[in-house]
Amino acid sequence: MKVSYYPGCSLHAMGKEYDLSMKAVSRALDIELKEIEDWSCCGASAAHNTNFDLSIALPARNLIAAEKDAMDVMVPCAACFNRFKMAEHHLKADKDLKARIEGALGAKYQGGIAIRNPIDVIYNEIGIDALAAKVVKPMTGLKPVSYYGCLLLRPPNVCQFENYENPFMLDKMMGALGADVKNWSYKTDCCGGSLSVSKTAIVVEMCDKLMAGAKEAGANCVVTACPMCMANLEMRPSPNMKMPVFYFTELISLALGLPDAKDTLKSHLTDPQPLLNQLRLI
Amino acid sequence: METFLEEVNKKIHGVPLQACYHCRKCSAGCPVASHMEYNPNKIIKMIQNGQKDKVLSSSTIWLCLSCETCITRCPNEVDIARMMDVLRQMAIEEGRAAKEANVLKFHEAFLSSIKFGGRVHEMLMTVHYKLKSGDFFSDVDIAPSMFLKGKLALLPPRTKDMKSIKNIFEKTKTK
Ligand code: SF4
Ligand code: SF4
Ligand code: SF4
Ligand code: SF4
Repeated sequence: MKVSYYPGCSLHAMGKEYDLSMKAVSRALDIELKEIEDWSCCGASAAHNTNFDLSIALPARNLIAAEKDAMDVMVPCAACFNRFKMAEHHLKADKDLKARIEGALGAKYQGGIAIRNPIDVIYNEIGIDALAAKVVKPMTGLKPVSYYGCLLLRPPNVCQFENYENPFMLDKMMGALGADVKNWSYKTDCCGGSLSVSKTAIVVEMCDKLMAGAKEAGANCVVTACPMCMANLEMRPSPNMKMPVFYFTELISLALGLPDAKDTLKSHLTDPQPLLNQLRLI
Repeated sequence: METFLEEVNKKIHGVPLQACYHCRKCSAGCPVASHMEYNPNKIIKMIQNGQKDKVLSSSTIWLCLSCETCITRCPNEVDIARMMDVLRQMAIEEGRAAKEANVLKFHEAFLSSIKFGGRVHEMLMTVHYKLKSGDFFSDVDIAPSMFLKGKLALLPPRTKDMKSIKNIFEKTKTK
């Protein structure tokens, strides 16, 4: 299949491991990505915290650009995905707002393309069985807990995922790769990402709680699908609480034996290589 | 004259706050409730009581993480996360000092970065935030290691059509 691709700012910088592994996995699974022409930032929490119209106009600019290609748009960053879905939701619900935003953009919003996260695309379009069939290096010994964070699934009427309190798509994918996925109750708890820089002490507390939960569940790593969660979970826990965090696409790359799968592991702020070495997975 | 409750409801443009029956499920699930000056459901009560000053100058509105747990679990679909956005925007438009000043400064630095290049450049944004907040010492240990790992791009990324970005900021300007 072919989709429009919105990398967002993080995937070109802090979250480049996600971008690179996302592209490699897409190639291997026959998902063709076409980057949205001249995209711009979605505004993230800074826009909706301060100016509602701006928080709709910024993602709308990208949605309109993607509409030219008339394909589903795949948004890997959970934070961007949430802002895109929010913009779609409000533009469809509020005619006056739509008119104001179209005025600011000088273009019409059609609302005809679906906004999708790669978890949904891989789980529903490729499927767990097809993914399992491509595994050449089972992730034996890896015990991840899957961490969805908050913005991918909430609010449920906007993000439109089933099982938003106890999602399982990532768990199933990791299971298909041969990992021993651990169950835990913090799958969708917030890590405090949006206050990471301005109220660090609170966020350290929140991240420590998550890591303690992961350890209690018997995990030796965490799997995420959001560059904000990644940055936060790698940087903010107290030193004795840290454990390796992977993008789910990095683990798919390893399990599928993709050529450059090891490259992205080198730039993590919490080095996951010792664990993978010890398990003889790299 | 419009009451504070009516004003907030109009801006939320959804389920009115009167639908809340104060079961406190929102506050029980809020990850930062223990750090807030007033719990999320207390804020609703205060809005109903017309305590505008207290609400808009509280730390609560700036500590809310927008994690959307409250709206997800509210039995009456009261959108507290959206309410917090509305309250923050009202506080800004009225020129009130934010009780958690650095939270707002961080948002401002982030938006300046978009205004400047259409995309966010983490390094420039951080410098901008540090200048505004005077908080020069946090995270000094993290930045160099990010540099070495090639995580911080040297050149700011840019959207080509900057005119459209400028337009968006101008036309959505509130005051
Ligand atoms: S949410 Fe983050 S990554 Fe996504 S576009 Fe906005 S700033 Fe960039
Ligand atoms: S970074 Fe934290 S706050 Fe942001 S989406 Fe991820 S879990 Fe939620
Ligand atoms: S959960 Fe809903 S009804 Fe209950 S106190 Fe909070 S806002 Fe009110
Ligand atoms: S959105 Fe804000 S008020 Fe609601 S649960 Fe999250 S932090 Fe608390």
